[in-house]
Amino acid sequence: MRRMILYGMTALGALWLTRNLYVILLALPDEVAQGAIYRIFFFHLPAWFTCFAAFFAAGVASLLYLIRKSPGYDAFALAAVEVGVAFTAIGLVTGMVWARIIWGIWWTWDPRLTWAFITLLVYLGYLMLRRAIDEAAARAKNSAVLCIFAFTSVVITYKAIDWWRTQHPGAVLSFRTGGGTIDPAMESMLFQNWFALLLVAAALVLIRMRQEQIEREVDALRRRAHAL
Amino acid sequence: MATLAAENLWKYYGDLPALREVSFSVSGGVCLALLGRNGAGKTTLLKLLAGLAQPAKGRVTILGRSPRDAAARARLGVLGHGIAVYDELSAIENLTLFGRLYGLAAPRRAALEWLERTGLGHVRDSLVREFSRGMRQRLALARALLHNPDVLLLDEPFTALDDRAIAVLQLLLRDALAAGRTIVMSTHQLREALELATHVALLVRGRLAHFGERSAEMLADPGWLYRRYGEA
Amino acid sequence: MRFLRQSLTVAAKDLRSELRSKEALNASLAFALVILLLFSFAFDPTAETTREISGGLLWLVFAFAGTLILNRSFARELANDCLEALVASPIPASALFLGKALANLVLLVAVELVSLPVFGVFYNVRWTPHFLPLLGVLVLATWGVAVIGTMFSALTVNLRLRELMLPVLVYPMIIPALMAAMQLTTVLLAGEPVAGDNWLWVRLLVAFDLIFTALALALVETVLLG
Repeated sequence: MRRMILYGMTALGALWLTRNLYVILLALPDEVAQGAIYRIFFFHLPAWFTCFAAFFAAGVASLLYLIRKSPGYDAFALAAVEVGVAFTAIGLVTGMVWARIIWGIWWTWDPRLTWAFITLLVYLGYLMLRRAIDEAAARAKNSAVLCIFAFTSVVITYKAIDWWRTQHPGAVLSFRTGGGTIDPAMESMLFQNWFALLLVAAALVLIRMRQEQIEREVDALRRRAHAL
Repeated sequence: MATLAAENLWKYYGDLPALREVSFSVSGGVCLALLGRNGAGKTTLLKLLAGLAQPAKGRVTILGRSPRDAAARARLGVLGHGIAVYDELSAIENLTLFGRLYGLAAPRRAALEWLERTGLGHVRDSLVREFSRGMRQRLALARALLHNPDVLLLDEPFTALDDRAIAVLQLLLRDALAAGRTIVMSTHQLREALELATHVALLVRGRLAHFGERSAEMLADPGWLYRRYGEA
Repeated sequence: MRFLRQSLTVAAKDLRSELRSKEALNASLAFALVILLLFSFAFDPTAETTREISGGLLWLVFAFAGTLILNRSFARELANDCLEALVASPIPASALFLGKALANLVLLVAVELVSLPVFGVFYNVRWTPHFLPLLGVLVLATWGVAVIGTMFSALTVNLRLRELMLPVLVYPMIIPALMAAMQLTTVLLAGEPVAGDNWLWVRLLVAFDLIFTALALALVETVLLG
């Protein structure tokens, strides 16, 4: 049953994404100011939303793990962080490509890019911590605490960076394209692509979570075999 | 009310059970020798009893409370593998520190008293890093007994002690038992432990294979219990 | 209040231990001075632009030198299994944490107060006007760093790669506090008082401190229990 749902979600997400790609690349007209490259925006912005949603879900799962101590929450938190990191990377790369085309430079200390980089480091730290602890219960417990700190940190950092960049103008440019005069077809596609990406993200999280649970079982069986 | 009770304790490391369905209870004046091979779960059980770790299932009660309760911990004395005193502090500083942590009314006076009882009065202002091994162990004992705990949890206390330290330990433990305290100690030093013990428990792969009073056979032949359960 | 007294007992113990050996303190100070020296090669100390980044430079020095002290925090308890005895004692884990964080605050601020005159000399920066507000910023921001650093010291205490993991975990998390500190310090070192927009950064520091202190006090017991 679970597998059916998983296949269904993945298929739906993949199909939807494909259809979106077609629309994005072929059906929508060029944007007035930016030309063709603005299309990357349809992946860039939803990537942010998705990664943030993933990190939020990981934080909640970590809290639930600390309360209930059920290993499923830990597996979910790990999966959500990994998927979140992947989408943060997508956001970073799409942002860099966009910056290269529009401004001629690969990087800019734009608030969102800066925040993304910090967030990437924070959650890479989480993944590093997990790797450094061998015992499953201690790993789950400590990384859960770190995950809660991490999410609090990325929220605070977002606000702080926003203020910093507004106080230090220079390469301060944001992705609020046009601000208000967005073409309705584009706006609709933005949300559609976001939902498609969310579906794909959710499917990835579930798959990864199952993989983590199986890995733990195998590990335990292996150790039991050694003990015999 | 039992002084110390374990009810259906389970503890996992990862997915492997380190303790399974361990239940027993002891009251005042009982000295329980906890036997078992390495890896049987003795240290794990002691950690659970001391409130240093939490069981996956079941619970521990000390004087009717959870060992995480501050009131219970104030009545608990713990001696683990490490001596748990600071090398860079002096003997009196170490004991006064723990006296304060245990909320004693006169920490320094208690510290001085226990330094005398463990034969360390003459080195009270020396740093622990200068002590011999036997002296360090006696100081560790003083630290564990400083607040006159009702329950003593000792993890292999006789291991690698010199003769003087063994004598001091046996004397102090006998005094504690006479005063109605409860002692649980894990040990490989069967002879010394069994002399003091009133009860004996054997852990085999996380399960409590045996729990009962010390018998004459055990005293006469310390390895008897191990052989009986195929653990020799 | 008993909680406070217990925390202060732990803090006093940590400080006494550290002052006996001065290992971490000396290493941290030496490191701070070395970094100040290195920065003088990286940035021209006389240029006007350097003045603008003075706060940034100073806090980079503090952040790097600080990890040497933060690392010792729970690591010092491992030597004779002292951590076990502390956790088994009646004091709440949060009091243990608070005591250690307070000790770290004192040690970190000590390093900062020694580095400040040296910085003033090397970079020809006057730090004496507005010293009290500067001290306030030092304490507020350093408390945030101490809380995160002490907490993560507890998290990583049993790891092999503790010395590497701690900076990797701590630095990204303290960025908001560092940003606020850098901005405020630059303003104060330029001889101006904190005014207008800059109060935003003070509020950020206070919020940062409150939020993470509460989080740490709530979660440290989970981390320290097996």
